[in-house]
Amino acid sequence: METVVENMEAQNAAVGKKENDLIVLTEGLCKSFGDNHVLKGINLQIARGENVVVLGKSGSGKSVLIKCLVRLLSIDAGKVIVLGHDIPALGEEELNDVRKKIGFLFQSAALYDSMTVRENLEFPLREMKNQSKDEKEKQVIEDLKSVGLEEAIGLMPSELSGGMRKRIGLARTMILKPEIILYDEPTTGLDPITSKEISRLIISVQQELKTTSLIITHDIECAKITANRILVLKDGVFVAEGTFKELEKSEDKWVRSFFE
Amino acid sequence: MDSSSTKITFLPASIRDFFLEVDGISRFTGQFFKTVFKRPFEFSEVAKQSFIVGYKSLGLVTVTGFIMGLVLTIQSRPTLARFGAESWLPGMVAISIIREIGPVITALICAGKVGSGIGAELASMKVTEQIDAMEVAGTNPFRYLVVTRVLATLLMIPLLVIFADTVGLIGSYIGVNIMGDVGLRLYFSQAIEHLDFVDVFPAFIKTFFFGFAIGIIACYKGYTCNKGTEGVGLAANSAVVIGSLCVFIIDLIAVQLASFFM
Repeated sequence: METVVENMEAQNAAVGKKENDLIVLTEGLCKSFGDNHVLKGINLQIARGENVVVLGKSGSGKSVLIKCLVRLLSIDAGKVIVLGHDIPALGEEELNDVRKKIGFLFQSAALYDSMTVRENLEFPLREMKNQSKDEKEKQVIEDLKSVGLEEAIGLMPSELSGGMRKRIGLARTMILKPEIILYDEPTTGLDPITSKEISRLIISVQQELKTTSLIITHDIECAKITANRILVLKDGVFVAEGTFKELEKSEDKWVRSFFE
Repeated sequence: MDSSSTKITFLPASIRDFFLEVDGISRFTGQFFKTVFKRPFEFSEVAKQSFIVGYKSLGLVTVTGFIMGLVLTIQSRPTLARFGAESWLPGMVAISIIREIGPVITALICAGKVGSGIGAELASMKVTEQIDAMEVAGTNPFRYLVVTRVLATLLMIPLLVIFADTVGLIGSYIGVNIMGDVGLRLYFSQAIEHLDFVDVFPAFIKTFFFGFAIGIIACYKGYTCNKGTEGVGLAANSAVVIGSLCVFIIDLIAVQLASFFM
């Protein structure tokens, strides 16, 4: 645990040096569903190599925010730039090319339940024509090893536990070697021990692939392990920003209540 | 969807919903035609879906087709016998089955079995974010999930209809032989003798439209489901209801067109 925190501090220092190398940039991002204004002008900047956690209560619009980043939801107003691409302006083909560089771990892991674990991991590779079958197979096994589940290769998603599903989901997210991984509540529904394991896995994946991570959560332990910067979302806007230690001592009672 | 619904608020809700549904299905169909000719083609998935639609519906279609032929023969026989026209029985049953009953009954069975299956499967994939996961992986879920299933129903339903017609005629042959003694060759030569090109060809062509309508509506209802687990049941249900309704509407149009050209 201490090693993880030390790593995070080292990364923080590295991130400071690369502030101009932005992976994600949003300006005035707004999203409403009818009269429900979920995001009210979000400004977000994530530099390469950063691990950013967005904390917020359930229903505060955290998931909506990351869905807007990959255009699973269209935005009402504002700017969304990911990996240098203006996401709302991209054509379908260009968007698919950008999406291949973005990993997305869903809250439920969203494994394809009619496919085995192997087929789930092979699915994103199906359009990689420059890879042979053997290379794809090798990559699937490597990714399963890095989440510690190589023995699950022939299982169906229905045969996996919640923690295993998350790990397999993470392995599938890693398979295209993304530059940024978006995690939607990675520890929701898991017991504290498995939650910690998943949080540590996020860090090890980040170090192995040298990716940037945006983690949406309301699990404070997950934020503590994974974040080198935390943003707190309330009523559609960020109300606080800082490291875990800074926010823990925040003067804002509402922000501090998360850490108590 | 939202913008269209606000533009036509002067209409009663049920009429507005109807037009929005028609608009949604039309756009979805347009997207199908835009995607179906684009590479890469999902041949193995089309084959898998064809197996599911065709082979796995075979048992139900066999039983239904057989009973359809048998019952039609048994029910028609007394009336024809009253006019001394029992020899017309094979021809009459063949025309009824091949022109109308075979295609429509088979399509309705497929709208129930296949349509509900596709609707529920895609809807459950939608609500569990599996379709979103495919999208963010940079693959095209529409091509993989929708195009393959629509092609499978488009190709398999005509074959199932041919199979059901054949089994129906065998059922009819057995029905004839319950109270009589007619050889298999004689029965089929009498049945085929009464069939014209205009009986067979339009009936066969319309089955492709049945297959397409069943597939596209089931996929549309599943793919656009957005009301959580409640929506899965709703998608399966409306895939069957709208699919069956479309079968009757296509049949009505096909009959009008066929009689116009005849």
